[in-house]
Amino acid sequence: MAFFDRTARALFLSELVTGFALTFKYMFKPKVTVNYPFEKGPLSPRFRGEHVLRRYANGEERCIACKLCEAICPAQAITIEAEPREDGSRRTTRYDIDMTKCIYCGFCQEACPVDAIVEGPNFEFSTETREELLYNKEKLLANGERWEAEIAANLAADAPYR
Amino acid sequence: MFENAFFTGYIWPTIIIVAQCLAVTIPLLVAVAYMTYVDRKVWAAIQLRRGPNVVGPFGLLQPLADGLKLVLKETIIPAAANRFLFILAPMIAFVTALIAWAVVPFDEGWVISDINVGILYLFAISSLGVYGIIIAGWASNSKYAFLGALRSAAQMVSYEVSIGFVLITVLLCAGSLNLSDIVRAQGGGIWHWYFIPLLPMFVIFFISALAETNRTPFDLPMSEAELVAGFHTEYSAMAFGLFFLGEYANIILLSAMGAVLFLGGWLPPIEVAPFTWVPGVVWFALKIAVLLFVFSWTKGTLPRYRYDQLMRLGWKVFLPISLFWVVLTAGVLVAFGWVPKA
Repeated sequence: MAFFDRTARALFLSELVTGFALTFKYMFKPKVTVNYPFEKGPLSPRFRGEHVLRRYANGEERCIACKLCEAICPAQAITIEAEPREDGSRRTTRYDIDMTKCIYCGFCQEACPVDAIVEGPNFEFSTETREELLYNKEKLLANGERWEAEIAANLAADAPYR
Repeated sequence: MFENAFFTGYIWPTIIIVAQCLAVTIPLLVAVAYMTYVDRKVWAAIQLRRGPNVVGPFGLLQPLADGLKLVLKETIIPAAANRFLFILAPMIAFVTALIAWAVVPFDEGWVISDINVGILYLFAISSLGVYGIIIAGWASNSKYAFLGALRSAAQMVSYEVSIGFVLITVLLCAGSLNLSDIVRAQGGGIWHWYFIPLLPMFVIFFISALAETNRTPFDLPMSEAELVAGFHTEYSAMAFGLFFLGEYANIILLSAMGAVLFLGGWLPPIEVAPFTWVPGVVWFALKIAVLLFVFSWTKGTLPRYRYDQLMRLGWKVFLPISLFWVVLTAGVLVAFGWVPKA
């Protein structure tokens, strides 16, 4: 009996029909794809994207050249040189991040005592040449101006959990 | 006028023939281009994706962009390849896919060459397509291409046998090898079309067509996991493009064959007023479109066969069933006196 059952199923293609019905049904289900450049998925406030160097509201650089970020960086992507400014405060003269080395672990922002180096929400910074990914201080400060609103909001949102 | 005999005898027919060829080829190539688009959209829909939607409205210009890319790329000929055959193979594959259309009737009288052995011609040409693949595999001088070509040839030859028997049942019922006559024999509405009395043969025809055109679940010649890309592993740019166009032209050709043999070609489903107003070529295109959709749908649904399963299905299942059905059809036709008068 089982033999007839199996043969009849095979001859009448019952499994094929079930499968085709299933895929046909799926054709009309809503799409799950995020239509990327036009829609984007949500990002956590803790998202670790492109780095920025921030300033205080009065325009003063936050970074005090303590070099904790340089020390903790597991990929050794950060290079800092520093000397005292004319007013005697200690500031960086050079702050480079090699974005091709960076592993986006976020240790630099964890280490920073003044929230100067922060990984922002930007993840769309691909370039056509490798040199463009060797960020210097101007680039990082410019990023800071560009993303300050989002970063401040993200830090505020995440503050209760730190 | 002195040129009269020469003009009416040679020049004018040549112009007519070239015009007819263009009238078939250009829409066919456009159809091929958009078949790739439809394929991708259908697979995307089945997998809950969106498919091409960036180039032009709804991604409608995507096939043009793809074609342009293929044309602009460099054709690389491997150093170890046989140059002449390497370049000849895609041409064979493409040309055999195109010339078969000469006998396909698009509407009453709309056929380039209304020959009385239309089915035989189609069958012969579709067998010739294997040469393109075999030559490509051999000329590439690459083990993946060669194995892919062997598989492909073995598979196409195996399934042609059962397609042959399917054709025989149809022409037993129609009493003619002329494709236009086969369509006319199905006149009188949807219940006269051959897919109803010959449903098992229609299913076998469709599955064999999948195998014949190397589509899933029978796309072993290009099973990526084992053979990189099968017989066209070494091909690039427009040489690859010709294979691709030929493959899709073949898919559309087999759909057209299915429409002519089983779905009443250009005939409307019900021969009453609103349906008969629609031109026959539209009905024919619609029937082809339905079959093409099933081709895409199949690819979105089924996984790939193993090689021995493929051969078993061809030789131990389809061959006996189609042979039995030929005998049964012939017997029924004779027993009830339904044999058509030739």
